[in-house]
Amino acid sequence: MTDLATPTLRRSPSGSRASGRLGRIALRWLLYTLLVLFALYYLLPLFVMVTTSLKSLEEIRTGNLVALPREVTLAAWQTAWSSACTGIQCDGMRPYFWNSVLIAVPAVLISTLLGALNGYVVAQWRFRGANMIFALMLFGCFIPFQVVLLPMARLLGIMGLAGTIPGLVFVHVIYGLGFTTLFFRNYYVTIPSELAKAAKVDGAGFFRIFWSIFLPLSLPIIVVTVIWQFTQIWNDFLFGVSFSQAGTQPITVALNNIVNSTTGVKEYNVDMAAAIIAALPTLLVYIVAGKYFIRGLTAGSVKG
Amino acid sequence: MAPILDIQNLYKNYGSVEILKDINVAIEQGDFLVLVGPSGCGKSTLLNCIAGLEPITSGALSIGGRDMTNVSPKDRDIAMVFQSYALYPTMTVAKNITFGMKVRGVDAATQQEKLQQVARQLQIEPLLNRRPGQLSGGQRQRVAMGRALVRDPKLFLFDEPLSNLDAKLRVEMRTEIKELHQRLGASMVYVTHDQIEAMTLATKIVVMKGGVIQQIGSPSEIYNRPANLFVADFMGNPAMNLIPARARQGGAGTEIEIARKGSAPIVLTDAQHRNLPEEVILGVRPEDIAEPGQRPGGSAQEADCLVDIVEPAGADTYVVMQMGGKQVTARLHAETRARPGQVQRLAFDLGKVSYFAPETGQRLN
Repeated sequence: MTDLATPTLRRSPSGSRASGRLGRIALRWLLYTLLVLFALYYLLPLFVMVTTSLKSLEEIRTGNLVALPREVTLAAWQTAWSSACTGIQCDGMRPYFWNSVLIAVPAVLISTLLGALNGYVVAQWRFRGANMIFALMLFGCFIPFQVVLLPMARLLGIMGLAGTIPGLVFVHVIYGLGFTTLFFRNYYVTIPSELAKAAKVDGAGFFRIFWSIFLPLSLPIIVVTVIWQFTQIWNDFLFGVSFSQAGTQPITVALNNIVNSTTGVKEYNVDMAAAIIAALPTLLVYIVAGKYFIRGLTAGSVKG
Repeated sequence: MAPILDIQNLYKNYGSVEILKDINVAIEQGDFLVLVGPSGCGKSTLLNCIAGLEPITSGALSIGGRDMTNVSPKDRDIAMVFQSYALYPTMTVAKNITFGMKVRGVDAATQQEKLQQVARQLQIEPLLNRRPGQLSGGQRQRVAMGRALVRDPKLFLFDEPLSNLDAKLRVEMRTEIKELHQRLGASMVYVTHDQIEAMTLATKIVVMKGGVIQQIGSPSEIYNRPANLFVADFMGNPAMNLIPARARQGGAGTEIEIARKGSAPIVLTDAQHRNLPEEVILGVRPEDIAEPGQRPGGSAQEADCLVDIVEPAGADTYVVMQMGGKQVTARLHAETRARPGQVQRLAFDLGKVSYFAPETGQRLN
């Protein structure tokens, strides 16, 4: 480089560096502003639900939809939980909430455990036709709910489980098996087969290897499966409304009945409170286990 | 005494693909058998068959005199060390080592005693409460060995146990395995694709290619008298020079003529009268070509050769020439005066050469 060229050269990089930094800051701010706007947009319905549920009916009629409640009252929550009417019964959401718990908890546990076993077999105990069976199970994930309604009703009738909570557990286990198997299979194929071989040489059998070696490795994928299954089963409406009878209906059906079967003045605050009650467990599961959810979904993609 | 491992007429097919063809191997108590060959030659499959992790299609296999053809891995009285170590990731080192005993229902006191004994032997006592994820490659390797040792089996199986280690550690662990073998007097089967590992560790080598055994023998037999061109080329580094040549009977012995581009052919005389066809492939190890007087040998034959490349390698200097249309490497003394582009007089030790048939690749002498 000649002496003449150096001053101009020195100035131009520092100039562009300053403008580059400004540009980066502006871009960062634009990004944050956009993200905040999106977040507000998505949070608005929840905000309206919460505020409405805390208002009195009088205030809802006279006030603004997005305004904060002038007077906070939990009366609507109380009504929704214990005395709102679903048709002719007026016990609120409480009995149906427990119905949903009694359906979701066993169904989630059983389908997760069976999915883990299936995935373990398909991924680590290669047998003739393993791929075929896995493909068929995958196919089960894509069968629309409506298609199985009638055959399932017939089957439940034959089994004597029609209209019962065990019947609904059975339906959800069967329907969830495709997904849970898929999750666990994809997780277990990333585990080197030498691990199972080493355990076989050590003398461990099928269940011992599963229980002592594979299951302890599976926490991330168990969390994913539990969240997925719990959300699916808790939020299910179609199976719930088709295969239940009075007394065994899940919370989603009760919510529908509360909102749709009232006569006279619509109690928006009670409806909102009931909807939040119905959504609360899934929300809770995401908040508690969300961190593991992301970790589990990406597990195996990066070599640890 | 019955052989510790006896494999007879073993075949292994996957569907219609033959992976292993007519394998016959036997080893005695205390032998160190190395299965060596290029990737995909079936050596790891053979090891898995010995372990019982893969069923065999036909043939018989016995360990310690008992027929094990259809016995499950846990009842074969074997222990295995895997390439990826296959340590149980959620268990501590101590639990990894005692897992097998726990499964077999060995009482807790014996478990602890054996654990301490093996940990002392392998110097992994400070690691016993760590998880495999917290260990270095060399430490994992030791733990994997510990898990095998604690079993005290009739037969140890190693599946490329050193291939995940860096070069320096690999040499260290190699020595350690050899030392372990000598101390325990145990019988071992060891799979590797590294011919140096095979040479240094084995008491008996099986060279495989395409699911077929090419040669079985002691390291020196394999090295000095390779059964065919594949073995000759595979074992040894740098590889054996395989030079196309013509043979004819002369007054003083068999004359071997090697064509050269642009100059007169080299004629070497093998003092032994050998019964060779006209077309042969001459196999000469690089160390059997030396400067005259450097390595005395009664059957050395000298010739002038044009040097193409000189590669100093510290202890030795490799010199590359063109002969018979092939590159020929000679291992010379480090202080050689050979220079590229110059003519160098070299002595060929014909007492140690191999002759192969060009069509079949089989050894002729």
